[in-house]
Amino acid sequence: MTDALLSVRNLRVEFPTRRGILTAIDDVSFDIMPGEVLGVVGESGAGKSLTGAAIIGLLEPPGRIASGEILLKGQRIDNLDAESMRRIRGKRIGMVFQDPLTSLNPLYTVAQQLIETIRTHADISEAEARTRAVALLDRVGIPAAARRIDDYPHHFSGGMRQRVVIALALCAEPELVIADEPTTALDVSVQSQIIDLIKEICAERGAAVMLITHDMGVIAETADRVAVLYAGRLAEIGPVREVITAAEHPYTAGLMGSIPTLTQDNARLVQIPGAMPRLNAIPQGCAFNPRCERAFDRCFRDRPDPIDRGDGRKVACWLYDAAGVAAKEKADV
Amino acid sequence: MSDALLKIAHLTRYFDVSKPWLNRVLEREEKQFLTAVADVSFEIRRGETFALVGESGSGKSTIAKMVVGLLGASEGLIEFDGHRMTGTAGAEMRDLRRRFQMIFQDPFASLNPRWRVGDIIAEPIHTFGLLKGADVTKRVGELLDTVGLSSKDAEKFPHEFSGGQRQRIAIARALSSKPEFIVCDEPTSALDVSVQAQILNLMKDLQDEMGLTYLFISHDLSVVRHMANRIGVLYLGRLVEVADGKRLFTDPQHPYTRMLLDAVPDLALSGRRRKPVEGEIPNPINPPPGCAFHPRCPLAMPRCKVDAPVPVQTATGHAACFALEKQTA
Amino acid sequence: MNRLARMWDSDIAWSFRHSPVAIVATVVALIIIMGAVLAPWIAPFNPFDSASLNLMDGFTPPGVPNQFTGNTYLMGTDNQGRDIFSTILYGARISLFVGFAAVVFSMVLGIGLGLLAGWRGGWVDSLLMRIADVQLSFPSILIALLIFGLARGFIPPTMREEVAIWVLIVSIGLSDWVQYARVVRGAAMVEKSKEYVQAARVIGMHPTRIVLRHILPNVMGPVLVIATIGLALAIIAEATLSFLGVGVPPTQPSLGTLIRIGQQYLFSGEWWIILFPSIALLLLALSVNLLGDWLRDALNPRLR
Repeated sequence: MTDALLSVRNLRVEFPTRRGILTAIDDVSFDIMPGEVLGVVGESGAGKSLTGAAIIGLLEPPGRIASGEILLKGQRIDNLDAESMRRIRGKRIGMVFQDPLTSLNPLYTVAQQLIETIRTHADISEAEARTRAVALLDRVGIPAAARRIDDYPHHFSGGMRQRVVIALALCAEPELVIADEPTTALDVSVQSQIIDLIKEICAERGAAVMLITHDMGVIAETADRVAVLYAGRLAEIGPVREVITAAEHPYTAGLMGSIPTLTQDNARLVQIPGAMPRLNAIPQGCAFNPRCERAFDRCFRDRPDPIDRGDGRKVACWLYDAAGVAAKEKADV
Repeated sequence: MSDALLKIAHLTRYFDVSKPWLNRVLEREEKQFLTAVADVSFEIRRGETFALVGESGSGKSTIAKMVVGLLGASEGLIEFDGHRMTGTAGAEMRDLRRRFQMIFQDPFASLNPRWRVGDIIAEPIHTFGLLKGADVTKRVGELLDTVGLSSKDAEKFPHEFSGGQRQRIAIARALSSKPEFIVCDEPTSALDVSVQAQILNLMKDLQDEMGLTYLFISHDLSVVRHMANRIGVLYLGRLVEVADGKRLFTDPQHPYTRMLLDAVPDLALSGRRRKPVEGEIPNPINPPPGCAFHPRCPLAMPRCKVDAPVPVQTATGHAACFALEKQTA
Repeated sequence: MNRLARMWDSDIAWSFRHSPVAIVATVVALIIIMGAVLAPWIAPFNPFDSASLNLMDGFTPPGVPNQFTGNTYLMGTDNQGRDIFSTILYGARISLFVGFAAVVFSMVLGIGLGLLAGWRGGWVDSLLMRIADVQLSFPSILIALLIFGLARGFIPPTMREEVAIWVLIVSIGLSDWVQYARVVRGAAMVEKSKEYVQAARVIGMHPTRIVLRHILPNVMGPVLVIATIGLALAIIAEATLSFLGVGVPPTQPSLGTLIRIGQQYLFSGEWWIILFPSIALLLLALSVNLLGDWLRDALNPRLR
């Protein structure tokens, strides 16, 4: 367990509101191994972006980490002061956000921003930093990088901008890159380019990636493992191939069935009835119970914790609780 | 082809994107026009779903808006059930309007936040004077029932509903004037996938029950494949290929269609190696000469940079590409 | 009942209950407004009834018996023997009436022109907004003075007294419509592009109906904020005009008129004539302004 690059332990993020405290992330734990791509998938409001924000210490107030630990190579980073956290961000954890425009300062050229970031984290001369920046832009696929480096962000197209952001996230050679919906704002044809780029370049540099997205297709193509979040809780985590081809949690299974694909041929899509509960109306027991066709009495009473299924898979569902299943079978007989 | 409900011929739309007059005079610039839709023709048969796919700037939403009359056409012709939409006015136009409706992309913007759901759904009923008094309430209840909500929801306000439920309300409103034809502009792109499945299924059910005809606009090829009988692929305002639903996916003709298909993430994990997609969509104000796709096209020939290709017949439709002409010749 | 409970539980009500400033401001404003509305019943004297005035009562200091008549007045009397307290109540009545009426007038005008500009766009919009720009480059009190002066030129002298108050309302209202028009225009342009308006256009709803039924209710939030702050401004504008002697006739003194009368005696020792009306005006304008500030914050989701 100690060799994990990033360890999130029982993370709980709360938003105090006037109608009581909303728990946006509720007891979520997972690890990211060095060099691994972990996909974090969920619908809007599932808490996937908040998890990313909590890790890099950028939760918007009044949101706060109420309990749990976040460890980067065994060192706690959830209780650091703003200054130490700022040093970790950028140096050890790089970030790529959905909208490339918000990650780039419109008033500075790409060169200025890259060189500044490189020099904050590495003690090298400006000329040296510039050489590195050009090489990096070239690597992320910006044509004529040596010339375009002195352009301002608005001179670049959306896809090119996201490439610049990726260069910026990688320029301090971080151990972990958190990419929050990096392709959502881009056109389909550009999306696949960016996905390929993130995957290749992180593998090349040995950086682990936490890829946050709502798009299972992106996860399928990119991630080694996937964590499925539902209503702020971890529903299922495991190797991508297994989770996608043989989902265990009824929510994941429903989610996979509801995605139209280029190969499926049934007239109707599998649909999960209802919608994800609002944070102020999460039901007792399993959060998924109102929408679950396989729910039984225990699901309405107790909340399932992730159950170890072997091969690195965990599922938070009572259906897989050996003791519970045995008890149920006995009752059925 | 006599059963065409909607016929679009040589539809073109320019937008004036010039700077204000004073700036133009001072900076000595010409007026600038953006061609959002260029010479697009297609027909939609009664009862089918015709989909338009394309990326941003492909003109798909502009076509949708022209079809329902939110935007005028610069050139070309739109015919609904044999009636020309341009130039029709008064009672005849009113009667035409009742027969087509639109479903929008963003369910958070498409419902007036200050109106009760019942009033929102009844709006077309009142506007067309279809029913009065208690009959309206009854009809609204039925419609809510049809789209999977409860008649009690008529009393509530839109903010009390989730995105998927709001889209159901929007569908109920679209159905309330008993239309034959509905333009769906990215109806699920703002929704989560599990909710998207509900809405797509609902739309298919409604089509079967009421014999509706859809013009379905989307950027998502998998959704389009699931919904459409026939598909038109747009690139920079030009219709590059039209084909039957499944055929487009098994046997794409135009290189752009192939590229789009290659870009769809492979959920089945079949391990197919995708061909890397080249380049990005050019600026629509100054599109490339000749075939607009030639800078990104793997099959580009010298001729593509000069002449615009005309559609050639394919197995189930047509495609505009010189490479295809060569094959057939 | 259910409705009342819902209102009590709404975000606005909650924000109100948790804002001491808003509560105090409301109480103060309500006291003044109630006092003004109920002036004929709670004021000890009727200062507008010249027959009841006794010049001998003039310049009585507050709380001290008059040296000739022996009458005692809570806040003293002015030069003509009018009870200051009663005059404040009656004066606030006029100030508030002029304020409210002017706000309503400028609101109706501003919203109408703003909706027209925002909906039509193009040259209508350009024309209206350039007029607004020109008007904004003058101080609004100057505009009010100008309009007031022009209007008096057209009105025959015999009618001036009667219509003075209406002329005042129109002048203040005309000097203040620009704010409403600009805000409404901006908000209308945003709403116009939203899909619910497009949905109404698809079914061929008449533009007037779309503007009134769809757009207007959705632009009223910011308008209410400006209207509240505008009320304070209109009351001050009325006071300023009356202070300059061009407002309501001196036989019907408003707060501004009282202050004008009072400042003539400021240096001769009769401080109460100016002090109490000034405090009343200050409290009224301040409380309404604070309410407006609170309302702006409460309606702005980003500040919450």
